[in-house]
Amino acid sequence: METATAQDILWPEVELIRNEFPILQQTVNGRPLVYLDNGATTQKPVSVIRSMQEYYTQYNSNVHRGVHTLSQQATAAYEAARHAVAAFIGAHHHEVVFTKGTTDAINLVAAGFRKSFLREGDEIIISAMEHHSNIVPWQLACEEKGAKLKVVPISDKGELDMDAFRSMLNPRVKLVSITWISNTLGTVNPVKDIIDLAHEQGIPVMLDAAQAAAHTPIKVHELDVDFLALSGHKLFGPTGIGILFGKESWLEQLPPYQGGGDMIKHVTFEKTTYADVPLKFEAGTPAICEAIGLGAAVAWVNKVGIHKIQAYEHQLTEYAVAALKQIEGLRFIGEAKHRSGAISFLVGDTHPSDVGVLLDQQGIAVRTGHHCTQPLCDRFGIPGTVRASLAVYNTTDDIDRLVEGVRKAVTLLG
Amino acid sequence: MTIKEQQDRIIEDFEVFGDWMEKYEYIIQLGKDLPLIDPKYKTDDNLIRGCQSKVWLHAELQDGKLVFTADSDAVITKGLVSLVIQVLSGHPPKDIAEAEIYFIDAIGLTSHLSPTRSNGLLSMLKQMKLYAVAFQAKSMQN
Repeated sequence: METATAQDILWPEVELIRNEFPILQQTVNGRPLVYLDNGATTQKPVSVIRSMQEYYTQYNSNVHRGVHTLSQQATAAYEAARHAVAAFIGAHHHEVVFTKGTTDAINLVAAGFRKSFLREGDEIIISAMEHHSNIVPWQLACEEKGAKLKVVPISDKGELDMDAFRSMLNPRVKLVSITWISNTLGTVNPVKDIIDLAHEQGIPVMLDAAQAAAHTPIKVHELDVDFLALSGHKLFGPTGIGILFGKESWLEQLPPYQGGGDMIKHVTFEKTTYADVPLKFEAGTPAICEAIGLGAAVAWVNKVGIHKIQAYEHQLTEYAVAALKQIEGLRFIGEAKHRSGAISFLVGDTHPSDVGVLLDQQGIAVRTGHHCTQPLCDRFGIPGTVRASLAVYNTTDDIDRLVEGVRKAVTLLG
Repeated sequence: MTIKEQQDRIIEDFEVFGDWMEKYEYIIQLGKDLPLIDPKYKTDDNLIRGCQSKVWLHAELQDGKLVFTADSDAVITKGLVSLVIQVLSGHPPKDIAEAEIYFIDAIGLTSHLSPTRSNGLLSMLKQMKLYAVAFQAKSMQN
């Protein structure tokens, strides 16, 4: 990785971008806020906040069933959001299911596979760097069906062992479910290779794109991925909303996840027929306002440009890694060749939570702990990490404040 | 000193600090100074759940008084543990069981701790009181 300097990555637009985020304009504990916990959730631009305010102040109404004007407006906005997200990931709109988020989307697929495809002796492949939400749903499914959960090992640098992955593919494997970008290590996995290798043996692939959506272009049909999940709140949108992309053929085959209104074609007490995809998976009143907010978030990312975001964050990550390296005793957890702006580290013997508390006192928000990847932390024999995770509104000043803050914390703790 | 007097002393100690960074410096020092728990007591049974860091707490009765020792893998947590031990250790179980703990609020710790940390602190206090109740019940049986 070449070392970037602050001069290299001066990008006037970043100040304009920052101005669109009201929350970034405040002080925390007496210092201007440095927000570096974007892996957990991103901040929201005014356009997203305004879109949700407009829904509640101008056309709050239920979707799909009403004949009155407000309901039609709400339905149009809700479905427009679906189209926007679909275009954003290169999908057809009917392949986009609104869910509560990535976790909900993975659970939907796991529930469907458990019911319809998984049998005793079958295998599901995940990796050693998965978030709990891409571990536990598969564990539950495997336990119920007597199937096996296989885990692709990783190297000390935090890269997938692709040879091991190849050797694990066999006719018993019913699905591969892998994270695109590790929330703890920052590793960007070779997802196209993973999909192609699995498909050579007729095995479908699901990608957890929670950490990818705000940072990298996604084109599901070019990738030829079978399922993909992402969360709105990690993409500058609201919480409580996300999507499951599924190839139409797969969504047709999966059984309904939940029963209720809006997911039916016709109900009698004897038999129910289901709505077409994607509504088959959207039982009950959906998160209408949040879906509209997600649509606005996607529009905002499109306005900035995901390729520009990716290029800027790449440089900022290089700058951050180089700057943090100057801190004596600091070691990175995750040093993959292809990495994102989720930067995990430990300094000497200091406990990550101690460092996190002292950074917070200086107005710097980072994540500490196991990041819901306990098996991964066990793999590295650590209690957790300090994680600074970048977004497009972060600057070299933020990184400089982080470095200064870590130095001060370590001095106090030393 | 009684449990109440210990709490009042801590509140006074914290009044001299100008800002929270200084308070944390003091808490870190307390953590470093906390006598180490006997390693044989650092077991899963003595582990308190509820915070990002690990806390081990051991209790034993010495001459009718309940003595607590503890350790944590995070030094700030250890400092907080030290404060609670200063207040509650070395008192009869009955006094501990009935003690009203107000110093945490008074020094502003509750509002300054993240929920995970304050939950951990509350879990520890709860556990200490449970020990006190258990030892009290045991002494009444004898």
